[in-house]
Amino acid sequence: MPDYTRYIADHVRILPKSGIREFFSIVEQNPQAISLGVGEPDFVTPWAFREAAIFALERGKTSYTNNLGLIRLRRVINDYLNRVFKLDYCPDDEILVTVGVSEAMDLAVRALINPGDKVMYHEPCFVSYSPTISLAHGIPVPIPTKSEDDFALDPDELERCWQPGCRMILLNFPTNPTGGVVEKERLEKIAKFCIEKDMIVVSDEIYAELSYDGCEHTSIATLPGMRERTIFLHGVSKAFAMTGFRIGYAAGPRELIDAMLKVHQYAMMCAPILSQEASIEAFKNGEEEMHRMRDSYQRRRDFIVRRFNEIGLPCHMPKATFYAFPRVSAFGMNERDFCIKLLKEQEVAIVPGTAFGPHGAGFARASFSTSYERITIACDRIERYVAGLDKKA
Amino acid sequence: MADEVLKLLLEGEMLDQHQIAQILALDEDAVERELAELKRKGILLGWRPVFHPAYLAEGESVHALIEVKITPEREGGFDRIAERIARFREVETCYLMSGAYDLHVLVHGKTLHSVANFVAARLSSIEGVLSTATHFMLKVYKEQGYMFERDQQDPDKPSVSA
Repeated sequence: MPDYTRYIADHVRILPKSGIREFFSIVEQNPQAISLGVGEPDFVTPWAFREAAIFALERGKTSYTNNLGLIRLRRVINDYLNRVFKLDYCPDDEILVTVGVSEAMDLAVRALINPGDKVMYHEPCFVSYSPTISLAHGIPVPIPTKSEDDFALDPDELERCWQPGCRMILLNFPTNPTGGVVEKERLEKIAKFCIEKDMIVVSDEIYAELSYDGCEHTSIATLPGMRERTIFLHGVSKAFAMTGFRIGYAAGPRELIDAMLKVHQYAMMCAPILSQEASIEAFKNGEEEMHRMRDSYQRRRDFIVRRFNEIGLPCHMPKATFYAFPRVSAFGMNERDFCIKLLKEQEVAIVPGTAFGPHGAGFARASFSTSYERITIACDRIERYVAGLDKKA
Repeated sequence: MADEVLKLLLEGEMLDQHQIAQILALDEDAVERELAELKRKGILLGWRPVFHPAYLAEGESVHALIEVKITPEREGGFDRIAERIARFREVETCYLMSGAYDLHVLVHGKTLHSVANFVAARLSSIEGVLSTATHFMLKVYKEQGYMFERDQQDPDKPSVSA
């Protein structure tokens, strides 16, 4: 048996495995557990979007598309951006349709980062940010966000973490896994700092529409001087419940989009045409469906956050996303042990915060995109579990 | 508060009063009072389970849609006759329609014969009923917002994901 490790590229070999994957294999051994571990909507894709894909298939739409994506899709994306984000791009050369936002993020980093460049990102965050930077031979520079701040990015912390050589910053507000958002005033300070340090901003705003209590989401690209240095990322996965369709897109200055297109055309060619057709329907006619789902998430959020606080797991009220991020550190064990013991004793799966980076230590992510019945049962079980821990402590 | 209870119920998940109370941070008595109040005001007319058609078939159940033409009256228009028809226990729904006929009446009975009998003996004999056209229902695909071939929870969906 040859030693295969010597065939594997160094920077891939040393890349840590995703904490989510590790936890997934543990949960898989308890298939009857109630899972609050999913990072996707529990709603099945609304029928109208699925039907659009079927219709396209029936008409024999099975070809490649333009590398940038169908022009009809890019046009409805821009209409949607006008309406929902107050942003405007040229559909001809400033919007690139990708295979999920993950691809768009990877393209932005690969197209703009030279080996050794530093890339900032806030943490806890989506699992792929740091690896994406490393795979492009960049150097990840994390900025911690804190629970006392409701996991918003503090401009002072950003300034403190900045180092010479930082050329790019990845933002994800609202944030998976914390539900953190950044108020406009802070966002303006962040924008100012990025201009001052000449950093490109890659802003993943996939959860923007799932903002609650009537909160209006502000995209950093709308702030003065930011459109020309921001690559805006968004897609249909979360708000339109279309994760498996794998459609995301990037919008930004044409020169940067063009650089990303170079990588995309060689690596991916184009996003799948049927998914693009379904996305056209979603962007054109899907807002009512989306609001229906959002209102349901909000009701579940109110419930689960209140219950966590009652149970003794302090939890801030996320202003967006379908994730609650309670503190689980008060029981003399780390978040990973807390989650594994919970799974073993009460068959409820939540994800240890450290799966989203070291700054997630002491927290866990509980997704409330599951039925009311399952959420209520899960909370009762967590309550029993925590009550047992208190006695032992 | 009544609004919140209604919105939750309208999502369509089967929840008991205890669960409703839990989710909306109310005590159970408050939910009961709310529901009683909604009923008293005539906003919430009641609820009944929605069954799979296979279950109803075992109970020998026949549904028919009857298009009814009636003569409007000088005072009250269609209302008096429509209400008279609607009050029969056999009638499940009764709508006034625009277009080729006036009333859309959904009738339920144990057998084909009993439904036919109802239409002939009770419905068409009402004064003011000009004509009826009876259509027997063959198959149900969707009932009150519920599909019978429901979207299944996908077993391939990972239980934990980023």
